[in-house]
Amino acid sequence: MRELTYNEAAVEAVAEEMRRDPKIFYMSTDPIGPLLREFGAERVRATPITEAALTGMAIGAAGSGFRPIVDWRQVTFCFVAMDQIVNQAAKIHYMFGGQVSFPILYRAAVGGGGQVAAQHSQSPYSMFMNVAGLRMFLPSTPHDIKGLMKTAIRDNNPVISFESSRLMTRKGPVPDEDYTIPLGQADIKREGSDVTVVALAWLVHEALAAAEELAQEGILVEVVDPRTLVPLDAQTIRTSVQKTGRLVIADEAGPTAGFSAEIAAVVTEDGATFAQLKAPVKRVCALQVPIPYSPVLENHVFPDRQRIITGIREVLHGRRSTAAA
Amino acid sequence: MSLSTQSLSPNLPPDTQREMLRRMLTIRRFEERASDDYRAGKIYGVVHCYIGEEAVAVGVCSALDRGDRIISTHRGHGHCIAKGADLNRMMAELYGRQTGYCKGKGGSMHIADFGIGMLGANGIVAGGIAIVTGAGLAAQMEGKGGVAVSFFGDGASNAGPFHECLNIAATWKLPMLYVCENNMYAAQTPAAATHALSDVAARAAGYGIPGVVVDGNDIFAVYQAANRAVDRARSGDGPTLIECKTYRWRAHTERRGQPDLRDPAEVEMWKSRDPIAQLEHQLREQGYLDDTELQAVERDIMGAIEAAVTFAEASPFPSPEQATDDVFAA
Repeated sequence: MRELTYNEAAVEAVAEEMRRDPKIFYMSTDPIGPLLREFGAERVRATPITEAALTGMAIGAAGSGFRPIVDWRQVTFCFVAMDQIVNQAAKIHYMFGGQVSFPILYRAAVGGGGQVAAQHSQSPYSMFMNVAGLRMFLPSTPHDIKGLMKTAIRDNNPVISFESSRLMTRKGPVPDEDYTIPLGQADIKREGSDVTVVALAWLVHEALAAAEELAQEGILVEVVDPRTLVPLDAQTIRTSVQKTGRLVIADEAGPTAGFSAEIAAVVTEDGATFAQLKAPVKRVCALQVPIPYSPVLENHVFPDRQRIITGIREVLHGRRSTAAA
Repeated sequence: MSLSTQSLSPNLPPDTQREMLRRMLTIRRFEERASDDYRAGKIYGVVHCYIGEEAVAVGVCSALDRGDRIISTHRGHGHCIAKGADLNRMMAELYGRQTGYCKGKGGSMHIADFGIGMLGANGIVAGGIAIVTGAGLAAQMEGKGGVAVSFFGDGASNAGPFHECLNIAATWKLPMLYVCENNMYAAQTPAAATHALSDVAARAAGYGIPGVVVDGNDIFAVYQAANRAVDRARSGDGPTLIECKTYRWRAHTERRGQPDLRDPAEVEMWKSRDPIAQLEHQLREQGYLDDTELQAVERDIMGAIEAAVTFAEASPFPSPEQATDDVFAA
């Protein structure tokens, strides 16, 4: 099978959908070359650096029959558009009683590892998960980003495509033929019976490396990639944890009120899954700090395969307290 | 920037002029009833009245076609009625009923009717400007000559989206009207305390587009300015900023105990410039209206509003479980 980078797969998804549906157009502060060349400046619009206006204009265009894509570039840039995201895009369908739909794709690069410091490195998806009315995904492979993005472009709601900065140039197999991946469907990236690691984006690859290393010791790690954050495939995660009885959650974001906290809740508030837990849940997250510049500092802040391994060993040795028995 | 002179009666058919009066009166009577019912506890939350500013919404919307799109503000009843919204569904929404425009999920601040190009009242100051600019972009891409109108207040003119959107609309020559309803107060704060310039329209120069100041209580002046701007937009020449100097008669909201720090003499002065009384006077002068006709219009409007209240009261509340409907579209 041919190989594409994560970024190439995303652009291919957009291009295929734009060919299919003339109502799709693209707004970003710097147009993507191949898209501009193929579709022209009317449909691939170079805009002023005004994320708030673009985010809101997409809502109005969507409510008028178009299917806009807005590329925020770095997720941190969309914070100037929070009113349009939170008060408008997320609420408008509900608030107006579902009169019309608002099909919009917002794209945003997340994560760190590029030594670009706090205002260009962040993984704030849980802020958005907390807002009702937005769908969102964060894929880990070229295959997944293409399939999910095509689905998102066809979805009749505002969807945020969170895309991992660290994975942009990473290659992977992508089928030639047309395919989509439904939102809300997790993927088991590696099967195992001893411990479940739920990981996102770059940390899926770190978890797979950790699993490979631990396999030498006979420890069988199951790696679950949720892929979609909203709607979340809770069932696949619960089923995996019911099988392994142990859970590590790896996230490039900080732990506080984060994606990792949500996964822990999804697992522990479900009676059937809770009953199977053999050890406390372990979160392997970034430190709860703004992302620093110096590589020495930045590397210290982010989790990696070694910390995932440490986390796995911790839950393998962990026990449920029997004091109450 | 240009200053329009006192408008003369335009060359409009008498029926059109009488329809303008009927719409303005409908807005006023609807809101009088809504504020009464709000005080009676039948309408919840908060209600912002447009009374005194009716000539702006009706003047601008009279220059539009049904397919043109508008967006409103937290003070949105006037724009809804001016664009042709259904009074029954409006009142039912205020009453929180399932038959309301938003199935009881929006209330006074969020009435929308996309079917008539009314993209919604919006509770965030300046929150709608970008959305309707996107509708303007859609109209341009559709290529059918449609225009879009952003209604906003003097307060919103100081917020970021105003600048961002006027710049984009001017650069891309979007078929837009930006209509600033300058009622001289952002909630309680006088515009003079928050604006470096007395005319919002003067800012149009910064975008290279026409900026027009009109007497917002003179419906013909508003209509003529809007008509010119619509022609310009439909011809592909881009947006116009129209500033309508007007005044809200009532406090910022209808909430009991709502402070109103304005000088009562100022309020009275503006009431003496009632946009409805002015139009009525002009219609009478032209021989287009007499007492009998006016009474018939009033009766008609009061009947429609009474019917809207009856419809609202007879409508069921949503079932509690409907709170989880419509978070997402299918």
